[in-house]
Amino acid sequence: MKSEMAKAKTGFPFTSIEQINNSQLRANLKSATSAIREKRAKVVGEKQDWEELRRTGERIKDEVLSSLDEYLLQLEESVTKVGGIVHWAADSSEANRIILSLIQEHGESEVIKVKSLTTDELDLNEYLANHGVSAFETDLAELIVQLAHDKPSHILVPAIHKSRSEIKELFENTISKGRVLGDGPAELAEASRLYLRQKFLSSKVAVSGVNFAVAETGTVCIVESEGNGRMCLTLPKVLISVMGIEKVLPKLDDLAVFLELLPRSSTGERMNPYTSTWTGVHPGDGPEEFHLVILDNRRSHVLADPVGRQALRCIRCSACLNVCPVYERSGGHAYGSVYPGPIGAILSPQLFATEASLSLPWASTLCGACYEVCPVRIDIPRVLVHLREKVISEGYKSKSEEASFRLIALVLNAGRRFDLIQQVATRLRRPLNRLFLAGSLPGVLGKWRAARQIPEIPKETFRMWWRANGSDNGN
Amino acid sequence: MTRTVSLFVSCFNDMMFPKTARAAVKVLNKLNVKVRFPDEQTCCGQIHFNTGYAPMAVSLVKHFVESFRGSDEVVALSASCTAMVREHYLELASRTHDNELISRTEELVPKVFEFSEYLTGVLGVTDVGAYYPHKVSYHPTCHSLRSLHIYHSAVELLGAVKGLELVDLPYAEQCCGFGGTFSVKNSAMSTAMLADKTASIVNARAETVVAVDNSCLMHISGALRKNGTGVSVMHLAEVLAQGMDGGEI
Ligand code: SF4
Repeated sequence: MKSEMAKAKTGFPFTSIEQINNSQLRANLKSATSAIREKRAKVVGEKQDWEELRRTGERIKDEVLSSLDEYLLQLEESVTKVGGIVHWAADSSEANRIILSLIQEHGESEVIKVKSLTTDELDLNEYLANHGVSAFETDLAELIVQLAHDKPSHILVPAIHKSRSEIKELFENTISKGRVLGDGPAELAEASRLYLRQKFLSSKVAVSGVNFAVAETGTVCIVESEGNGRMCLTLPKVLISVMGIEKVLPKLDDLAVFLELLPRSSTGERMNPYTSTWTGVHPGDGPEEFHLVILDNRRSHVLADPVGRQALRCIRCSACLNVCPVYERSGGHAYGSVYPGPIGAILSPQLFATEASLSLPWASTLCGACYEVCPVRIDIPRVLVHLREKVISEGYKSKSEEASFRLIALVLNAGRRFDLIQQVATRLRRPLNRLFLAGSLPGVLGKWRAARQIPEIPKETFRMWWRANGSDNGN
Repeated sequence: MTRTVSLFVSCFNDMMFPKTARAAVKVLNKLNVKVRFPDEQTCCGQIHFNTGYAPMAVSLVKHFVESFRGSDEVVALSASCTAMVREHYLELASRTHDNELISRTEELVPKVFEFSEYLTGVLGVTDVGAYYPHKVSYHPTCHSLRSLHIYHSAVELLGAVKGLELVDLPYAEQCCGFGGTFSVKNSAMSTAMLADKTASIVNARAETVVAVDNSCLMHISGALRKNGTGVSVMHLAEVLAQGMDGGEI
């Protein structure tokens, strides 16, 4: 069964097909990602000390990961001291239960949300809906995705796969029923604003993610672009924030490093538009109750892998998505996870280990564009190769592929064996070349030839030529 | 003082693209560099390592290190093989806990150079005296660009070739979609990336696409030929050997 995975109708080669053939989607993605790419390159280029910043970011995150237990306990203590309440969730169902019961304690059936990948990872909205609580997304793109009963396709720009005219139509059928809208950005934003203002003013409970949480002070930080986050964090009576265990930072000063790295990498801005930090509760100012849910959900399992753990340095900037040639042609949905693109390809197989996610480590040419831009220097290609090895060693492999690789290694383990095989191939080159050009080809060669000619086998190998002409070279 | 280098041609060039290796010998000789060909050499192990068969790659690492032991310098005709050696050999050798292998690997790795890197970085040469009066686009392969950081080497060498006109390739830094077994495991994606790469090449109106990895070039030229574009591909070493004494190779 395991060995049949390669043939199964699951996994990236299969899930990406539809998107690859969708020329509208590819055009949307190409123009969106290349625009962000250029913006990023420009603002990163103007920072003289960018490499040093990246290394500092990497160092801080590695320090956190090496003593994570201590930093988390310190965070709990600090948050508690300033009036917050910390909850520990081992997995998604525990986190969902905690959040639901907090909402129910306040007798609410509606909550507003700030865009959060972690709550997407929990499938929180669906869980709440099944228990009679409606969760309203307040980030424009998340709202679009939610109204369309769709799934986000990009970490930062969840509706990157939708065009403006598609959004206009969607709004006319949902939040702006009975009105005719234009498809200009201002008009679409205004339509969502009218709708969202009502929600901000009437909701008692907000749920958010967390970008950074400072162990030293208990300060929590959220960065966003639209101001909706600021509303959610300040207007409701109760604030519930959910964070993965890896989001903790040692000191308040460390924020300075990440507030440089994050906006330049993600939106290509020098400074983030809305950066909210709050430390506990303050009478008459902001939420009266603050809950911090700290989630493991197999992150400690990722932490145990010395190569794979660097994925936990990720600050979800999405720079790796925007430069990835594979993502640019597949979009996010093909990755079958809330974490798409290169980071998804190394995070999802480690976090979720579903059969489909185990194909993701191969969904890359190892071109290295992601590593080059990652603000915390996650060596994504290295982790991909590591996970390939790991997945194979756990038995998810094609037996015939393994046998071929074993045979090839055997041949390549001795110069004379390789020479012999080459000589045979060279002698048979006429029939082989004819076969390659027009014969019927099975398997790998057939797939290759569907889009490309196969080069002709030359009449002698270099080794043969050298024996005849080169051995006295330069003497 | 004449230098002697050991040539690592790579399994792939040995079998399929011997003309690249012959051209490299010619260029190196012209620059007064003696060439050795340790004939035990086969493969750097990259295909195994990258596909997820690292334990099998370890035996190839051992074989490579043995084959090139004692070389003053090794010149490799593939950027991705050079990157394999530079980035992963020590780690793979360490898995054996064989101290002798580990120290031999440590000694060998810094002596391995990619061909264009060797010419510009070690020999300090940019003009090798070649003549190639054609429009050429340079495709910086991923490993040459982002692992070895040798974009400038190839461009300087090409810039010094007489008669050669270097034309800009749009989206040059984007991967061609080869990726070894990626090209068949994710064949639809690979083909989509390839189609965009070849479209850029055709738009650039180059007669020849040059790179320092024949594996990527085989993939690119496979589509250029299949679509009858008339654009040819050449390894950098072959361009640099053009117009030297003895004419075509
Ligand atoms: S892996 Fe790096 S580049 Fe990608 S989202 Fe995370 S921090 Fe950003």
